[in-house]
Amino acid sequence: MKAAVIVFPGSNRDRDVATALVKVTGRAPLSVWHAETQLPAVDLIVLPGGFSYGDYLRSGAIAARAPVMAAVAERARAGVPVLGICNGFQILCEAGLLPGVLMRNASLRFICREVHLRVETVRSIFTARYERGQVIRCPIAHGDGNYRCDAPTLERLQGDDRIVFRYFDAAGRADPAANPNGSIDAVAGILNERRNVLGMMPHPENLIEPLQGGNDGRGLFESLLSSLESVA
Amino acid sequence: MKARITVTLKSGVLDPQGKAIEGALASLGFAGVGSVRQGKMFEIELAETDPDKAEAALKSMGERLLANTVIEDFRVELT
Repeated sequence: MKAAVIVFPGSNRDRDVATALVKVTGRAPLSVWHAETQLPAVDLIVLPGGFSYGDYLRSGAIAARAPVMAAVAERARAGVPVLGICNGFQILCEAGLLPGVLMRNASLRFICREVHLRVETVRSIFTARYERGQVIRCPIAHGDGNYRCDAPTLERLQGDDRIVFRYFDAAGRADPAANPNGSIDAVAGILNERRNVLGMMPHPENLIEPLQGGNDGRGLFESLLSSLESVA
Repeated sequence: MKARITVTLKSGVLDPQGKAIEGALASLGFAGVGSVRQGKMFEIELAETDPDKAEAALKSMGERLLANTVIEDFRVELT
């Protein structure tokens, strides 16, 4: 399974996700600079977390228009898996590869802590190794994680089973207090229509081994490994 | 030519920053402030001299980058 991690000026979790990929898949991903116009053939493209372009204009807005994104969009439309984490999710929405937008957290605070997510669908290459309804721990670190979309879009996401993670409490109950940023319908991660592009605000790459305090995030990378190795 | 593009949140989009500013104005003693919504303003200098072409280019800038048209409106003025 070959992966590429796109690096923008200001990305800061690219090495975290590269490490997670090495530890789970055994293969180091390629690091691709935002100014490249071509992408090598890979099985997975990752847009990592960070503060690309300092979040200037809007989070992910300038990165979404970087030279490399034309190639990323072309691959996404061709069905290549794309994983956007945190700033990566913001970039995917700004690039129009996912619907909706990530706005300022409702509390107006940057929140850096662990949350609980409920896995809402396992019908995806990103979550096949989890159980539907499983509650996992996951760290978040963001100031603009408030997912917003209009009512028709939300209905479509719900109807098509494209909401992948929601913020829930440790017992898997919907509780406004469990939603750190005010996201509509407690959405933490969504899929595109084709189910090959996932955007999520939490950081699964930062909870994949005991040294990080747990391995709840491993399942996402293991799901990718088993889904993509079998294709090859 | 000089131009100004003003970007504002679409009505109905929640603006917690605007609300926080509203609260700060109240703490400063300004009474009767009903609502504050925060926007952005871009001042742009263009080499283009034809106003119609300039407006077309500015409108495109607004749509393609300066505003996120999912949640924002914008207007263009030649100044």
